[in-house]
Amino acid sequence: MAMEFTTGNFAQEVLAAKQPVLVDFWATRCGPCRMQAPILEAFAAEHPEIKVGKVNVDENPDLAEKFSIMSIPTLLVFKDGKLVKTAVGLHDKGGLAELVK
Amino acid sequence: MENYNVVIIGGGPAGVSAALYLARANLRVAIVENGPGALARAHKIDNFYGAAVSGPRLYAEGLEQARNLGVDIIQDEVLAVEYFDSFVLTLKEQAKPLPAPVLILATGTKNVTLNLPGLVEYEGKGISYCAVCDGFFFRKKKLAVLGHGSFALHEAEYLRHIAAQVTVLTNGQDDSAARAAGFATIATPVTAVTGAGKLEAVHFADGSELEVNGLFIALGTADSTDIARKLGAQLEGRFIKVDADGATNIPGLFAAGDCIGGLKQVAKAVHDGARAGLAAIKFLRQQ
Repeated sequence: MAMEFTTGNFAQEVLAAKQPVLVDFWATRCGPCRMQAPILEAFAAEHPEIKVGKVNVDENPDLAEKFSIMSIPTLLVFKDGKLVKTAVGLHDKGGLAELVK
Repeated sequence: MENYNVVIIGGGPAGVSAALYLARANLRVAIVENGPGALARAHKIDNFYGAAVSGPRLYAEGLEQARNLGVDIIQDEVLAVEYFDSFVLTLKEQAKPLPAPVLILATGTKNVTLNLPGLVEYEGKGISYCAVCDGFFFRKKKLAVLGHGSFALHEAEYLRHIAAQVTVLTNGQDDSAARAAGFATIATPVTAVTGAGKLEAVHFADGSELEVNGLFIALGTADSTDIARKLGAQLEGRFIKVDADGATNIPGLFAAGDCIGGLKQVAKAVHDGARAGLAAIKFLRQQ
């Protein structure tokens, strides 16, 4: 299951995580974001070594601003607390695997 | 408007072929069309089985054939499509939205290409294709919309309530509709977009530039690819990705003809349309 990352738990769940973290910035009003959700869930189920979660930009605008999100869906990959990759737009499972490599 | 089982966007060989199969399966079908695309430019089609007619005539006869089977032909332009449990279309000439449990995209591809230096580089850093998705990130900022038709104005109208300023850039095309709608406009052709990490400026052919935080792309008429992208259908480059049945990754959304890539031929579009129509019938019967 993809986790719900928020302003409150982001530092602990993402920045302090031991394993790589894939974060999906999304909103309900965005069609591609709603299509990304089931793909993200399927990817999370197949990749227990990666922490997978979502940030709702409407509920956490400060996180969106902090990472300069200007288009959704945007996917970020963190390793050892550092942002290592940014990808904009809908990604299939293969695309997600490529991102976290 | 009637409650349709299937709405098809595009009245060319792909859209009409899909409609023929659907209508014969006793489903209620509407085609939304606004005239021939690639066919308008074919003065004689010599390579399609049994036919040696002009593109416009083939187009007109195709629509007539669908109409004779009870398909409603709606002459209109699609401005937006939303999807929750089913599809809802916003049309230019209709105040009421048009609902559709199944949607088939068959508009062809538009004859507008944009080869703008910086366009790909700044995607997600100020360049966007979806006002509803991304307008939120530009509250009180300076925005521009690139395009000159109703599609561009629809996007600009949405952004007007969010941004500090919205300028419509018509890229060498007539800007009177945008001005009449109360937008600031620049009609000079666009030559590049630049910035430092984020989009900062749009440059024009006369050497001038406009400072912007965001640029929303809405060229020409919304075609299948524009609609698919906003719905969250998977694309492969400019084309819509479909499976062996013509189905996209979104349940109930099918695509056929030039918009899925491959041969730009009437024969291929007819095949795609028939395939999407039959797959849509199967989809509806399994509901």
